[in-house]
Amino acid sequence: MSGTLLDLKQIGKSFVVKRSLFGAPLQTLRALDGIDLTLKRGETLAIVGESGCGKSTLARVVLRLIDPSEGEIRFDGDNITALSPSALRSFRRKAQLIFQDPFASLNPRMTVGDILNEPLMLHDVVPASEQDGRVSALLVQVGLKPQDAKRFPHEFSGGQRQRIAIARALAVEPDLIICDEPVSALDVSIRAQILNLLADLKAKLGLSLLFISHDLSVVRSVADRVAVMYLGRVVEEGRAEDIFANPRHPYTRALVNAVPLPVPKRESRPLLQGDVPSPISPPPGCHFQTRCPFVIDACRTGRPPLEPCGGHDHRSACIRHAALPDYDSPMRDHATAPVLKRLMAAFVRPSKSETTN
Amino acid sequence: MSAVTMETPAPLAIESPARRAWRRLKQRKSALFALFVIIALILIAIFAPLIAPYDPTKQSWSAVRKAPSLAHWFGTDEVGRDILSRIIYGTRASLSAGVISVGIAISIGVPLGLLAGYLGGKVDAILGRITDAMLAVPFLILAIALAAFLGPSLGNAMIAIGVTATPLFIRLTRGQTLSVVKEDYIEAARAVGNPGWRIALRHILPNVMPALLVQATLTIATAIIAEASLSFLGLGQQPPAPSWGSMLNAAQRFLTNAPWMAVWPGLAIFVTVLSFNLFGDGLRDALDPRTK
Repeated sequence: MSGTLLDLKQIGKSFVVKRSLFGAPLQTLRALDGIDLTLKRGETLAIVGESGCGKSTLARVVLRLIDPSEGEIRFDGDNITALSPSALRSFRRKAQLIFQDPFASLNPRMTVGDILNEPLMLHDVVPASEQDGRVSALLVQVGLKPQDAKRFPHEFSGGQRQRIAIARALAVEPDLIICDEPVSALDVSIRAQILNLLADLKAKLGLSLLFISHDLSVVRSVADRVAVMYLGRVVEEGRAEDIFANPRHPYTRALVNAVPLPVPKRESRPLLQGDVPSPISPPPGCHFQTRCPFVIDACRTGRPPLEPCGGHDHRSACIRHAALPDYDSPMRDHATAPVLKRLMAAFVRPSKSETTN
Repeated sequence: MSAVTMETPAPLAIESPARRAWRRLKQRKSALFALFVIIALILIAIFAPLIAPYDPTKQSWSAVRKAPSLAHWFGTDEVGRDILSRIIYGTRASLSAGVISVGIAISIGVPLGLLAGYLGGKVDAILGRITDAMLAVPFLILAIALAAFLGPSLGNAMIAIGVTATPLFIRLTRGQTLSVVKEDYIEAARAVGNPGWRIALRHILPNVMPALLVQATLTIATAIIAEASLSFLGLGQQPPAPSWGSMLNAAQRFLTNAPWMAVWPGLAIFVTVLSFNLFGDGLRDALDPRTK
């Protein structure tokens, strides 16, 4: 349970938006800007932020599906920033990805059995004679039936497809699974099932999860630690309970304010105005200055560093984090009616029964 | 049994993509009829020696340019050969020219299109320019030029038509590949550790197939016309072997006093090409998920 599994140092990624006639870059988009993060073995780190803040780019850079422009990625102590094609393929056994949209992430022309067999075959996970048995075991592990292997993805519902995608990720017995908004395309009633399944599998198999989401209520139920991203930068990072109870960055506070909670007479809280600035020409200094209610002149020059702000490894990239007014977080505790609590408990029942069903 | 499964069951009607396409194709009467005609033509080509009443190359000076009769249903030509027998044997030249030249076009065009679409960059730019240059020349003109360069024979005509049709398949495969490559399941295939060639063959190609199938069917029709045109010009099937195109060529000198010499091969080309076009259209509609 100890030890660092993933260590990101100053990861940056720029995309060229416009090229000159001769291919020289004219305009670049800074999707990731100096990302420093670590993920411990057995931990769930959630990355949260609005659409377009670089969450999914970060996932793909970590998996080396796209190359970072700068910085260093260490996985289990090894530098994986520059790998030969064959070393990259063996890295694929250690880290896997679950996509947001289970309707797009499964090849419509392959049976479920073929989809699950492929990683087994590519990485020689088990001998060829045991592959069928392994596919059945994987399907049972995610709550499906062995005979589902003969069917095509379009014969399944969204939740079932996401189970297939999870089984595919598990096939290579990875250490790390990156979940890129794994439940946001699913029906609300299915979400809890998939989240439970992920939590179960994580506990059983000792997985580490990098959980990408824009939904804070989902994040609160799964994450050990949370990193908040805004326009390609991490603006706050810390234990989930600290982030939700005592956010030390104005942007995090705005995100927490925006979470719909089942509290009937909740007073309305100030929400953010305006849009995210274009990542092609972000504002100088703190990226959040254009929308921040606490902005001062000093915010407009120089990048604010991600600094400790008290608590357990709680870090904030706000130069005024100490001067921010006290904050009464609506997510401090479950300010929920007992009836609602029971209802939620029904959804969060350990899903072991699901798989043995 | 303590589990509370909230998941909705999968839809009961389980239908594979191929089965669905076949069901929808059956609803299209014109496509089904065209398929029936195509199958009949294939059978005629295979069993030509059993069906044809006469030897298609046997000349008879006592029966020159005879109008259709009970002895010669379609009449006879300028050297007394039975036109029905020649039409039946001509099916072989036309169908094989259609199928083989499209086969050539596919076997060159699809791999190149996959390369261009999947690799992009310089490979794509170079292949794209070559494709554009070839498509800028009218189809038949290019085929005639190539066939003339290779020398007149049915085999060379097929090669010429095949090469001329190749850019169609490069472009189609490239375009389809570009749209498939963006799908999440291709990224998933990379994340799982598939090498590039395996992604192209196992993940992209099957998803490009429906469009290729439609294009192939329609291109067979074009290739049959091209073969007839080349034979008409003397660049395809060589005499005395029968071909609808060369029969038309021979017939043009006798259009006024022996019109049946031109009518039957013309009709054969018309029916064959129309069938492939109707079938291709039906196939396209049946495979298109957006149409009902």
